[in-house]
Order: sequence, then structure tokens, then C-alpha cells
Amino acid sequence: MADSTLPIGGAIDLTPPGEVYGTWLEQVHEWVVTVDHKKIGLMYIAYALIFLLVGGVEAILLRIQLAVPHNNFLSPEVFNRIFTMHGTTMVFLMGMPLIIGFGNYLVPLMIGARDMAFPRLNAFSFWMTSLGGLFLYYSFIGGVGLQGAGSAPDVTWWAYAPLTERAFSRGHSTDYWALALIVSGFGTIGAAVNIIATTLCMRCKGMTLFRMPLLVWLNLVVAGMILVTISPLTAAQIMLVIDRYLGGHFFDSQAGGSPVVWNHFFWIFGHPEVYVLVLPAFAIANEIIPVFSRKAIFGYPAMVAASAGIGIISLSVWAHHMFTVGMNSASNAFFVLSTGLVGVPTGIKIFNWLATMWGGKIRFATPMLFCNAFLIQFLFAGLTGIMLSVAPWNWQLHNSYFVVAHFHYVLVGAIVFCFLGGFYYWYPKMTGRMLDERLGKWHFWLFVLGFHMTFDFMHIPGLLGMPRSIYTYEPGRGWDGWNMIVSIGGFVQAVATLIFVYNLVYSYFKGPEAGPDPWDAWTLEWATASPPPDYNFASEPVVSSRRPLWDLKHPEDPDSRYE
Amino acid sequence: MFGGWLQRKGPGPAAYALLLLLSRAGHAAWAAPTDNIVYQTPNTFDPHSGPALLIHHLSLFVIEITGAIFIVVASLWVYVVTRFRQRDTSDDSEPPQVYGSTQIELAWTVVPIMIVVVLFLTTARILFAIQDQKMPPTAIQADVVGHQFWWEFRYPTYGFTTAGELHVPVSTERVPMTTSLRLLSADVDHSFWVPALFGKIDSIPNRVNSMWFTPDKAGMFVGQCAQFCGVEHAKMLLRVYVQTPEDFAAWVKNQQQPAVQDPAVAEGRQMFESQACISCHAVRGTSAQGRFGPDLTHLMSRDTIASGAAANTAASLKLWIKDPDYVKPGSLMPAMQLSEAQIDQIVAYLTTLK
Amino acid sequence: MSASTIPLAHGSANDGWMPYKGTVGMLSLIVAETAIFGIFVVAYVYYIGKSISGPLPRQVLDVPIFNTVCLLSSSLTIWMSERMLKKGAMGAFSLWWALTVVLGAIFLAGTALEWKKLIYKDGLTISTNLFGTTFYSLVGLHASHVIIGLTMLSIVLIFALTGKLKSEHSHQVEVLSLYWHFVDAVWVVVFTVVYIIGR
Repeated sequence: MADSTLPIGGAIDLTPPGEVYGTWLEQVHEWVVTVDHKKIGLMYIAYALIFLLVGGVEAILLRIQLAVPHNNFLSPEVFNRIFTMHGTTMVFLMGMPLIIGFGNYLVPLMIGARDMAFPRLNAFSFWMTSLGGLFLYYSFIGGVGLQGAGSAPDVTWWAYAPLTERAFSRGHSTDYWALALIVSGFGTIGAAVNIIATTLCMRCKGMTLFRMPLLVWLNLVVAGMILVTISPLTAAQIMLVIDRYLGGHFFDSQAGGSPVVWNHFFWIFGHPEVYVLVLPAFAIANEIIPVFSRKAIFGYPAMVAASAGIGIISLSVWAHHMFTVGMNSASNAFFVLSTGLVGVPTGIKIFNWLATMWGGKIRFATPMLFCNAFLIQFLFAGLTGIMLSVAPWNWQLHNSYFVVAHFHYVLVGAIVFCFLGGFYYWYPKMTGRMLDERLGKWHFWLFVLGFHMTFDFMHIPGLLGMPRSIYTYEPGRGWDGWNMIVSIGGFVQAVATLIFVYNLVYSYFKGPEAGPDPWDAWTLEWATASPPPDYNFASEPVVSSRRPLWDLKHPEDPDSRYE
Repeated sequence: MFGGWLQRKGPGPAAYALLLLLSRAGHAAWAAPTDNIVYQTPNTFDPHSGPALLIHHLSLFVIEITGAIFIVVASLWVYVVTRFRQRDTSDDSEPPQVYGSTQIELAWTVVPIMIVVVLFLTTARILFAIQDQKMPPTAIQADVVGHQFWWEFRYPTYGFTTAGELHVPVSTERVPMTTSLRLLSADVDHSFWVPALFGKIDSIPNRVNSMWFTPDKAGMFVGQCAQFCGVEHAKMLLRVYVQTPEDFAAWVKNQQQPAVQDPAVAEGRQMFESQACISCHAVRGTSAQGRFGPDLTHLMSRDTIASGAAANTAASLKLWIKDPDYVKPGSLMPAMQLSEAQIDQIVAYLTTLK
Repeated sequence: MSASTIPLAHGSANDGWMPYKGTVGMLSLIVAETAIFGIFVVAYVYYIGKSISGPLPRQVLDVPIFNTVCLLSSSLTIWMSERMLKKGAMGAFSLWWALTVVLGAIFLAGTALEWKKLIYKDGLTISTNLFGTTFYSLVGLHASHVIIGLTMLSIVLIFALTGKLKSEHSHQVEVLSLYWHFVDAVWVVVFTVVYIIGR
């Protein structure tokens, strides 16, 4: 056929209005057994939101304890458990499900496919990941070993050996940590396999790799990274379990083993992991910034190359978490260089986003507000990262609150901000209703205020010598006032988050109807109904450029003429 | 002496002068008053030793570069979001679509790479200067052993062991004195961090790390363990006493003596030796040879006990022995279940160990 | 806006051959597995010679030539059976496939015998020393993958013998044989590291 037809508007929505829902039990059953990528994506996202709140409560508890020196709000044992769980929760039960959820929901829609390549594997991956999380939290009850020792894990989220060996970590806390993450890791690898197969094998007609939306590219890179990133953690945790239960000696210094081996294996996972978390945030910015600037993304091929470059280089920087371990100077120097180099493609992306907005007609709806805050905050976070890459200075900054401030700047200031933008952007597609703009702006400004109160000022105690992972601190070291400001900012962020949650629920019932394309956007997910029918598209789309809907809306000036 | 980096190629003397100026400004803005003897704020911007000074200068250089980058890019961003904001909401037309520009993209790839190279070269110089420094033969040698949750200091050349408070001689232009540390661990990973003196270095079991420093002012510098090591990681505090050569020699001489044998507290000493105290603690010159806990030979020469968690007074000693969990919950010192009278006798004995 | 159409010139759209998703999925899984094995191999190599007690590799390890030959030949037999399947020769397919299973089983049995000797005669267990820990972990990880592979192969064999397997399933069978080739390739690495370099 010489012609292609793209479904636009409600022209071909075959779903009869007023769908009949079954009983409550039937609806639950439908969600439990579903293999539909949209439902699974929503379950991942809901799961992540629940654990965002749980992790947030843990953070508030920590900040109450640290607001003043020598505080008695939490005992050292409880504090150590809570900050370990806070980190583990936010990375594995909030961050990973969030990125996999958005990827699951959006990738098939954006490439014009009906579902993921392996729908049953998709469901299996979700249930494995969620099971791992529940397993981790069961540790509060089940972690008790002999003599009442043990509860939730309390060995920090990076769990250095030999603190995690049987001799120093009694009870079952560490076992829950290791096993929960091994289980959830299988789910993550399954999701990655699925995304790669979907992206490479299920694109609609006309969508070459270089016509895919950048979100799809970034999810592909992330999936590839997950394959080689999660596996080292799984391997190291299996080794830890062997040490703890089978008498192994992997990290047993008394038998010739080396605790530093754990450090290497963990950070070989740990560093690429943070890029696994941040690249999907870039993906969201790549979709939102062009639409709200009314311009195509500047430098698409360079963005693809930069994404792949970040993915590859990030595999070589891990020991910048280990500058104080006592590696020789040549090794330290290598990691200084590799870490500096990974900043180059990252910087390129920031410039490309600025160039996209340059000359545009910027509309500051809530998604764009969040993405702009992300831009400036990520710039700052990247620069403190450069500071940390300078090994001799790292010897002062490592394990201090400067590092905590830096990585929260990336995790919250970049990743959470972008995903919040993504929520406001795609919530209409997922539910058929718009989120309230006024509440959105309240959420944004309060969250910005709280974020900066907490994480800007957190750098200062770090520079003044305050280490991390401490349940209390000495008065008179110059840290007192700063910690109080940091803690207050946490409460402001909590209020903002509650506004967001209220908005999510309220708008589901009372929000204005969105229609298929409320933002006047250009990628395929906006070419079908909101929410999309089970089969996504009535007929397989055929595309001839990177922005198929732009071509349809501007037949006098289609992208296909320029690509 | 360690100033090799000052002669590096690159920015000339003018830039160095600028660096020095900014460094002074930085000092003025950040530093604790330098005429205090007690450096209570472990301020990384108030260095008092060779490596810390090198790091400080490097950090200022990095701040200048990253600061400049931030100012440039942030200004661009401010310009973009103000200038290109859509003013007329009824205007539906789309702006001209620009897909890329090879020259611009090349420029903003090459310039960052050059910045990274400059940063790397500067960093590498300081890195090698600190890490690969050769120790002079007159260096004071001390071994630092990290325990859960206290620091042990051994002076192999002088032949004694102490805990919690490290004493070193000051290093002046006239009489430079390097202190060389070897770092070990008795159990899990720890990290020795006194920000004013040098960047932290981990103590890891089955591994020997090393660090050196040249403190330039007499005084007491604070720090603490910087690698999570268990329940009481937060109270594994550190003090480094930098002394004049005379004071240091006097301190060493005192530490080298065996324990004071005061007949007035013979009962207390007997109590100490018959209880389980000696299975963990050592008092040189008596039958107490335990290695698990701190050496108590010259306990009263220290300002704090429990690795900085409490002041060294009779009252806190008594509380510590009676109920360690009250002072440092989770520490490995067990509550000895002694009667009041027994504890009083032991404390009376301990307070004679000057 | 009504549903509009865009005339497409032929050839401007990439009618694109895209790979079979099963193959891509299995290759992705193999990448992940390679990473896991890689970590165990790195640990093994790093700890060579670092045991402070207990039996040394050269004292207790016999080079398993026969086992290795069996396992590597099974790659050949599985390749042969794939060819048979493509041609539709179901009988020949079942024969070669069954031979693959048998060769794999022989390898497993050989490993079991080797471990029996190491544990009961030489006193080497996973907790004896660093060599024991790294040896049993690495070889055990590989053996567990052989077990999984054999299980899957046996299921396919049953399908073949009951006549359910057809020539059009050759894509799926090819995916499984990819896994089996991977298991064999890993053994080449493990064999080299444990029995040649490490001994």
C-alpha cells in the first residue's frame, strides 16, 4: 500500500463507552493475572509510589534524630536500621520499579507495538521484584536470630564486608538484605531482557532505530546496562550468603580473603546502577523539553551517542567510591580520569537541552517546571560530582555529608524531579484525566523550596568534617544549625509530596478529561485514546520520521523532509 | 618541599597569585580562628598539615573551574527561560525547527574534554605528591589499629601502646617533623579522619594502609571514624594532640614508664586484677595483659575515655564501668555487674594511672 | 482533525528485517549470565595462591579431560539435531538431541564423582579454605546451569518423542541450543581458569 494511516483522535476508538466492570474480586483478579504492559507498568509505578512514601517516612525519622546533637529520638540500633532501609528502599524498591514501570508503559506505545516482546516474562518480573521488596520489609519481623539480635538490615545499603559476615552481623538481618535483593534482581534482569527484545524486534513499520523517540533509546541503553550491572551485585550477594551459611571465605580476612573484593564487586554494580537510575530521567526530559519548547530536540544523533557513551564509560568509573581504600596512585589516577570523562557526554546533554529551548516558545506547564528545575539542579549535582572525582579532595569529602548532599541532589533533584514531570505529562495518557495545574504548581514550588533547604545546606556540614552514617554528632563542631535547617526542609518536602498524592487521587475522579493529545505532542503514544485500549493501536502505525504526529499536523513541513 | 605542583606548566604566576588571593579569601570566610589552641571544628577549609594544605589548594582550583562552568551555563539557562518564554498564549504558530548544528556540537564536546584533561593533570600531580611521598628517616612512626569502637595507637619505636588520643610533634620550617602512620584493623572496616590534618584513609582487616602528615600548629584537632563499622560508629571519636618537640618528648617519656604503683590503692589494684578486667585490658608492669580493649597503663594522661564518648573524670569512669550502655549503647565493654564498693575501689585505682 | 493520510513513497520506509525476539531475549540473558560468571571467575583468579591452609589445587585436582570432551561434543550433537529439525527429520532430531542430553548427563555425573572424591578423600569442602570456597562456587554455578539446561533439553525431548515438536518450532529450539552453547563456552573458560591456570 502506498498510503499509511495514523489513527488520530477518537476516530477509531473501538472500546465501547461505559465498559462494564466485574465485581471487586474480578477486578483484582484481572490485575493479578494481567500480562498487559500498561497494567504491569502501572503496578510498578504504584509500587514505587508506596515505597517512596515509606522511604520518605524513614527519611523524616532520620532527620528528626539528626536535627539536634546528642538527640534521643532513635536509639543507635534503630537509626542504623532505618538509614539502611531508607537507602535500600529508595534505590531498589522505589527507583528501579519506577524506571521499569515507566519504561514498560511507554516503550511499546512509543514504537507502535501491541505489547512487550514477552508479556508473561513481564508479569513474572513484576511479581519477583515486588516479592523481593516485601521480603526485605519482612525482616523487621523475621530478622530476629539468636538472643534477639537482628531485625531489619543495619549494615548500610552498601553493606561492606566484613561487617556483614556472621561474626559481626548476627541474626538474619543481612540475610534478608541479600536474599531480597537477589530475588528482586531476577525480576529486574527479566524486565531488561524484555525491553531489549521489544525495542529491537517489535518496532512498527518505518521506525528505524534512528527514528525511535529518545526515551526508547535511553531505555534500551539502560536495559543493556542492567544486564551487566545487576549481575555483579547478585554474584557478590551469593558469595556473601555462601560466606554466611556455608562457611565460605570470600570476604574472610582471617582465611586470606579480602574485604576490598566486596568493595570492588559492589561498586562495579553500584556506580552503573546510579546511571541506570538517571538515564530514564534524561529520557523524560528528552520528551518533555521539546514539546513544551515547541521545537524538535537539538542534535538527536549526538544525544543517542551521548547516551550510549554514558552507558559504556560509566562501567569504568566504579572505584571512585574507593579512593580511600588504599589503592596505588596509578589506579586512583585512572579512576579520576574515567570519572571526569563520563562528565563530558553528560554535559553535552545539558547543552543540547538548552539549545532545544533556545528560540522556542516555552510553555511553563507543570511538567516543564519540573524539567527545568531538573536542568539547573542536575548541572549543580554534576559539578559536585566533578569535585568528588578529584581523588585527593575526595579523601576529605568521602563518606561525609558532602557526598550525601551530592547524591541526593542527583537522586531527588534530577531523578525525582524528572519523574514528577513525567507523572504530570503522562498521567493524562494513563488515566484519561488531567492532573490539577494549580495543585501541581503548589507541589512544584513547595518541593523546590524544601529540596533546596535540605540539600543545598547539607553540603556545609560535610565540608566541616561531618561523616555520614552517624546516629548522632558532637555539639560545637559547627554542624548544629545546618542540620536543623536540613531537617526542616525535609518536612517541607513531605508536605509537597502529600499535595502530590492528593492530586493523583483527586484528579483520577474529578480531573478534566484529557483526550488523546492534551499537550499537542508528537510521539506515537499520543495517537491513541487516553487511556489506550488494551491493544494500543487499532492498526499498526507506519512512520516516516522521528515525530510522526508533527508530520501529520504539519503536512506542509514534515520532519521527513529533513531527516 | 612538597611544592612541586607550584611549578606546573599551565596557568602562569598571575594565575597562581589569583589562586593565593582566593585561598586567603577562602580561609577568611571559612576558617575557625587560628589563634585557638583547640581546633574544635574539623574544617576541611582550615588545613594545618602538608597533605591537607595541598588538598585545600587543589580544592580551590576545582571550585574556581566548576564555579565558572556553573555561572556560564546557569546564566545561559536564565536567559533562555526568560527570553524564549511564550508571552502570547493565543499564538498557535510553531517556532522554526532547528535539528542541530555540527559546529556548535563539536565545540561543546571539545571544550569540556579539554577542561577534564586540565583537571586530571592537576589532580594527578597532587595525587602522586601525597600518595607516593618518600618518608624521611626521622619520621615518627605510629600504627593505628581500628577496633569496634575505639582507636588503638602503637608506637613501635618507643615501645608503648595507647588509645583514643594520638600525640605527635609539630612540624615547623626550622624543625620539620613528619609523622608516618600505618593503618590496620582488628575487626571490620574503619576510616581515620581528622580533616584539618589529612584526607581520610581506611583501615581494613588483613591490609596495611599508610598516610603521612606534617602538622604545622600545636593544638588539639578533632576527627572521628568515617566508615560505618557498626552500632557505635558515631561515637568512635578521634583526637590528635600536636605538641611542641619538648612536650612531645615529655609525653613519650611518661608513656614509656610502666604503670604507677601507688600503695594507697593496692586494694583497688587487687580488685582490678581479680575481676575479668584483665582479660581485655593491659596495664604494663602488672599482670593485666589483655589486648581486646584499650591499654590503660597511663589512662589518666588522656582527656577522654571510651574513644571520646565521655570526659575522663572519676565520675564518668564510674558510670562507664557500671553501665557502659548508658554512655555508649552497643559498645563492646560489658557491664561488669560489680557492687558500688567494688567499682569505687577500681576507679580509685584507675585514677592513679597517670 | 479528521483521520488523514500521508502518502508514503516505497523504499523510504525501512521495511526492516528485525531479528527474532526469542534469539534477542536469549542473547540478552546470556550477557547477564556472562556478567555473573565473570565476577565468580575474577574472584577465583584473584584468590589463586592466597589460601593460607588446606589442600592446594595441584594436590587434589585431576584434569577432567573425559568430562570436557563429553560436554563440548554435546555442542556438536545439538548442532546436528538442529539441522535435522530444519530438514524435518524428526527421528534423526530425537536421536541427536537425546545424545546431547546423555553427554550432558555424563558430564554432570563426572562432576559429582569428582566432588565426591574431593570431599571424602581429600577433605576439601567449600569451607576448608579459599580454594575450596572459590572452586565449589564457580564449578557449582556452572553445574547448576548445566542442570537447568538438561531439564529444558529433556522437556523438548519429551515433546519430540510424543510427536508434538514440529519443524516450524526450529526457531524456539534454536534459542534453547544457544543457551546450551553458552553453557559449553563457559565451561571452556572455567576449565582453563581452574584446571590449567590455577593448578
